[in-house]
Amino acid sequence: MSFANKRLGKELAKIHGSLPPGITLVTADGFQEWLLDIQVLDANPIYMNKTFRLKFKFSTSYPIEPPEVTFTQQPDRPIPMHPHIYSNGIICLDLLGQQGWSPVQNVESICMSLQSMLTGNTKNERPEGDAAFVASNRRRPRDIDFYYHDNTV
Amino acid sequence: MDSEDDFMSGLSSDDDMLDDQSDNDDESVAEFGIDESDPELDFSHKKDTKKKKTSFEINFKVYKPEDIQRQQDDLIDEVNMILDIRKEDAAILLRHFRWNKERLIEDYMDRPKKVLEAAGLGPSTTGPPKLEVVPDFMCDICCEDEPGLKSFAMKCGHRFCASCYNQYLVQKIKEEGEAARIQCPADGCNRIIDAKSLDLLVAADLQQRYHELLTRTYVEDKEHLKWCPAPDCPNAIECGIKKKDLIRVVPTVACGCDYKFCFGCILADHQPAPCELVKRWLKKCADDSETANWISAHTKECPKCNSTIEKNGGCNHMTCRKCKHEFCWMCMGLWSEHGTSWYNCNRFEEKSSSDARDAQTKSRVSLQRYLHYYNRYANHEQSAKLDKDIFIKTEKKMVQLQSASGMSWIEVQYLNAASHALQECRQTLKWTYAFAFYLARNNMTEMFEDNQKDLEMAVEALSEMFEKNVNELSEPKLKVDIMDKTSYCSKRRDKILEHTAENLANGGWSWSVDF
Repeated sequence: MSFANKRLGKELAKIHGSLPPGITLVTADGFQEWLLDIQVLDANPIYMNKTFRLKFKFSTSYPIEPPEVTFTQQPDRPIPMHPHIYSNGIICLDLLGQQGWSPVQNVESICMSLQSMLTGNTKNERPEGDAAFVASNRRRPRDIDFYYHDNTV
Repeated sequence: MDSEDDFMSGLSSDDDMLDDQSDNDDESVAEFGIDESDPELDFSHKKDTKKKKTSFEINFKVYKPEDIQRQQDDLIDEVNMILDIRKEDAAILLRHFRWNKERLIEDYMDRPKKVLEAAGLGPSTTGPPKLEVVPDFMCDICCEDEPGLKSFAMKCGHRFCASCYNQYLVQKIKEEGEAARIQCPADGCNRIIDAKSLDLLVAADLQQRYHELLTRTYVEDKEHLKWCPAPDCPNAIECGIKKKDLIRVVPTVACGCDYKFCFGCILADHQPAPCELVKRWLKKCADDSETANWISAHTKECPKCNSTIEKNGGCNHMTCRKCKHEFCWMCMGLWSEHGTSWYNCNRFEEKSSSDARDAQTKSRVSLQRYLHYYNRYANHEQSAKLDKDIFIKTEKKMVQLQSASGMSWIEVQYLNAASHALQECRQTLKWTYAFAFYLARNNMTEMFEDNQKDLEMAVEALSEMFEKNVNELSEPKLKVDIMDKTSYCSKRRDKILEHTAENLANGGWSWSVDF
């Protein structure tokens, strides 16, 4: 069993045991791709009564390398409005990049970080240049050089 | 310079030859013979202790990998002694301060704790790094908790199992090319891994790579050091030229591997043109600004919708394909106003149309001017490439010549010298054309162009002699001619470089653009 599978197996066992409120596991078939739902728990009007779906993709070097995490759209699962989330579900967050990632992070801690990123947001808007980025981007999230310049949201 | 210097250095003996052109030829032959008979000694002497000699040469030093390592070790030792800290920590601190020893020592004396914290060294305890088995340990990376698991922690106390630490470091070094700033794997911990801890955790091949990368950061951090850009050359060059000087000097350096390049911009030798000029010229040649020039020379815009139209034949009655506007190609006026004078514009002499014509002529002239310089630049570039082929052929020729004429190896080295001179002169000539393109015309331009012409004629003459077949080359007369021409070329090259460099240094040139 590979390094990544071993770790993911342990994470999965823990997730089946308990998860923080507002985070639920949807599917975890194998160790390549998992789906989780998250909700914002406080009364933030932008996200009230909404559930968002996260897709995790793991490489064989996980957790040395960060997983690829994106929001994915379903009829009842919109892409959350946020100045750091593009309408195609790509998330600009330093902890998901090679520089900000620490192998101590895990699926649960990522979900919690994203939850709090949404909770603290008051801007009902997309990133600047969203339309152009979504139309032109063919790269995978890990290959995009985001500039993590904005620490206000 | 002293006589030993004269004797040993290839460059100075060349100078001798140039200065004493009228001397008898036997002496020149002897000069060459001695000069080339010990190329190893010759080179090392010339490159390592090069002194400023002419207005177009600068001081620089070549460092081999072991020199670079030693410099770092010396600095680390010094800081280790002065501040009484571990060598590993001294290295981290020096890298943190980009090898500015004075600033490190000063800051450390003032606020040791703050400096250590900022460099990722945090509060410290002593003792060499080691792997440990800690009871009730679970690795936060792989979540493994079996008893007897070997683990490691730096002084920050974040403990991970040896295998996870290893994987983490492999990823950082191999995939991300990091070395000097690898942080503890724990989230938000800024502690930087030191060389000793690293050696404990990874295999030998990776340790080597790590130290290579560390050495690289030393050269990259130092403003006065630059890597030789030649493929596979491990040397670095030290030169005191600063960025703001680049408009007044062209800092050409020659690495121990024989590659000549500009210390300012790392491009191949581009004397006499200063870096900024080179940058503009290359951009001009590379991007399609000349396409735009062509467009303005050959096309006009539709007066209504501004679509660009090339008239490639036919009459003056234009109908724009896009907006269907009808106009006269000659005067650009409305076609309907031409009344009955179909196909024969009688408004040609009006002011607006003559202005349009002037603009067009101007554009054509500037295009032709550019092409004049570009063609000559490109020609020398091409010839310089061919010179490389010639150089290979030269070596064959020299062997043939030795057997055909009974000359010794030393006696045929004049061909080698001629080949070197040709390459060097063509490289210079090439850039004189870019230089000339940006010059504003005045008295100095003429002097420059005279120098350029002399060099060019000499180079072409030498090139012609050089391509003669072996039978002719073995004639003593031609040999003497080639040697004379070789030294003449070098002399002419020195002349034009001196003239340009002196006037660059004192701001004597006036340019047609702002640099």
